[in-house]
Amino acid sequence: MSTYVEQFPAEARLVRSAMYTAFVALGLGAAFGLLQVLHRTNVLRVIDSTDYYTILTLHGVLLVLTFTIFFLVAIFTWAITTSLDRPLPDHRFSWTWYGLMTGGTVLAAIPIVGGLIDQIDMSAAVLFTFYAPLQAHWLFYVGLALFVVGTWLAGVDWIRTYLAWRREHPDERIPLPTFMVLTTMGFWYLSSVGVALSVLVFLLPWSLGIFEHVNALLTRTMFWYFGHAVVYFWLMPTYLLWYLLLPKVAGGKLFSDPLARIVFVLFLLLSTPTGIHHQYLDPGIAEGFKYVAMTNTMFLLLPSLLTAFTVVASIEHGARQRGGTGRLRWLGALPWRDPVFTGMALAGVMFAAAGFSGIVNAGLNVNYLVHNTFWVVGHFHLTVGTAVALTFMAASYWFLPQVTGKPLWGRPLALGQVLLWFLGMTFMSNAMHRGGLAGIPRRTAEPQYNFSFEPAIGSVAELDAQVVLGGTLLFLSTVLFLTVVLGTLRGGVDPTRIPANTYAAALSEAEDGPRILDNLRLWVLIAVVLVILAYAFPIAAIVDRSGWLGPGGSPYPQVVWVVEYLVVALALR
Amino acid sequence: MNVHDYEKLWIGLSMVLIVLFIGSITYGSVVAGVVMIDDAADPVDPDALGDHPDFGDPGVTQTGEDTYEVHVVAFHPGFNPDVIEVPANSTVTFHVTSMDVIHSFSIVGTNANSMVIPGEVSSMTVELGAPNRYGIVCNEYCGEFHHLMEGELVVVPEDEFELEADE
Repeated sequence: MSTYVEQFPAEARLVRSAMYTAFVALGLGAAFGLLQVLHRTNVLRVIDSTDYYTILTLHGVLLVLTFTIFFLVAIFTWAITTSLDRPLPDHRFSWTWYGLMTGGTVLAAIPIVGGLIDQIDMSAAVLFTFYAPLQAHWLFYVGLALFVVGTWLAGVDWIRTYLAWRREHPDERIPLPTFMVLTTMGFWYLSSVGVALSVLVFLLPWSLGIFEHVNALLTRTMFWYFGHAVVYFWLMPTYLLWYLLLPKVAGGKLFSDPLARIVFVLFLLLSTPTGIHHQYLDPGIAEGFKYVAMTNTMFLLLPSLLTAFTVVASIEHGARQRGGTGRLRWLGALPWRDPVFTGMALAGVMFAAAGFSGIVNAGLNVNYLVHNTFWVVGHFHLTVGTAVALTFMAASYWFLPQVTGKPLWGRPLALGQVLLWFLGMTFMSNAMHRGGLAGIPRRTAEPQYNFSFEPAIGSVAELDAQVVLGGTLLFLSTVLFLTVVLGTLRGGVDPTRIPANTYAAALSEAEDGPRILDNLRLWVLIAVVLVILAYAFPIAAIVDRSGWLGPGGSPYPQVVWVVEYLVVALALR
Repeated sequence: MNVHDYEKLWIGLSMVLIVLFIGSITYGSVVAGVVMIDDAADPVDPDALGDHPDFGDPGVTQTGEDTYEVHVVAFHPGFNPDVIEVPANSTVTFHVTSMDVIHSFSIVGTNANSMVIPGEVSSMTVELGAPNRYGIVCNEYCGEFHHLMEGELVVVPEDEFELEADE
């Protein structure tokens, strides 16, 4: 029994590097988040409103692509090597994909930051969704493509490790952590092909001037083909940690291995054929296609509800192992002083709340009320912003010692950090949800118009105050997190004070489930068929309406628009 | 496969919940008659809206005793027309398109809310009641002046309403 860095020193180096990259992105992203909160509410405006969107692009890209996905590759590398008990096959290959992901991030960031500097004639204030005909500098698209290719090669690395293991263990069940990695990569390949094709076939040539225009609805549909699956790409490493690490730190075992496999298979099948639910209010797409996306989305509730059951049952098992009794009194027996446990448990509680606001978003016609309002921002700050981010931060307190050999520094501080995140997000996300119900839009520098918003309860000033308070607490929590990380890294190596590198065993083991669950080829095949059923007709209909390159429309930004703006501004005065 | 009794119950209740959700949405579509923005309108050329019979001269037209149509062109950063005046107690169909990037047309405080995509026309029909004023915003980021994009829907008493004369 020893730590990860003792078992796999070379892989530990890779996992460390990926985590540090993720933490840098988290720190920068959080700082930009604070800037936005203060700007939107008109508390403090240190940037021009026209630059707000560049800051917003950085906030989105750094947090939902860089932070989450670098952390994911760290977790998945750990999961594969630990559960198969073998190193990655070729370290040069591993550093190649890490290099592609890092290089791609830097290339994409150059034109975004260039948008803030007048002397540099580059910009990419296109936000995380980069809908054409909003146009970014071509370097942004190149960087994005390299980053995605890097993740594909990372998947190849994990699959090669698995295949090498399989040759030596032809009859064994796939270890659960490896099963989770492989199913997740299955839908990642399937869905990211959409955004890769959109970028390489349409957006990049268009940004270089090869095409005059692109089909706005088609490229938007191709974005969302990937854009919903990507949220499950953030969520699956979170679920992996809830299934494998949370029961362990609670002192118990995972309730059921076969049901965990069923959950991951359901995500493989349903993550991608649901993307059109982001386009409920898009013209040019028939209602029937939207209805199909709605039903698929509702069935995605099932794996999350199964997870809620399994995670709570596993925690309860842990509490009873620790001497907890009674119907609910066992809750008191849980290790609430452990930031790893408390952070992940609170993240789970917030994810349950996010599930409810997500049902509203998913509700085809109910969505009219909240589409693109502040409600949506409140929703995804509970999902990716808490379920994922808080779980990753809490898990870091377990992983950092594993991959460095240095015991965690500042444990009480770490506990304060996860509590502060929970508190800050409670303020910020409830105010965002309520603001959205009053019609306050998302993604705007100045939600102050000639008319006023009327919340059903409270006032806009009160909502703003909660957003500012919450945002500030969240920023402080991030600073605390980075302080604990740096404090740990400054400490000395002492593996004797670190728990061994293991993950939770299961009460109901893999052998209790049918072998068909491990037939990944079958599940991938069904996933492909579902995607074709969900997307072939909508894509054909869109192309049939307006062609592959669309009916026209010019790239934006262009000088002519500034002139037009001045004319409009003068006319409005 | 070994599934705990509580878990079987939980799965059963989860499926019931999912079916209820789908049922309530279906009720909204079929019985309550909430129509989705769809592909009913023909595509338009965003570069040639000036030549379009309706979008060439956007604004309010009367189509029946209490029914009106409003054509709106969204552009960065505004709506044409930016102030829309319609009579109380009428049924109004908005047709909105974009001459540049993706926008939205969202009447604040109501569920009249649609994406506006260049090349496509968003059509939505709303029932208007008593005289009132509503803000209209673009809630899809459309460029550096996005936050300046707004309009107004003014519902005036029926006897004060006048169609703007077309010259």
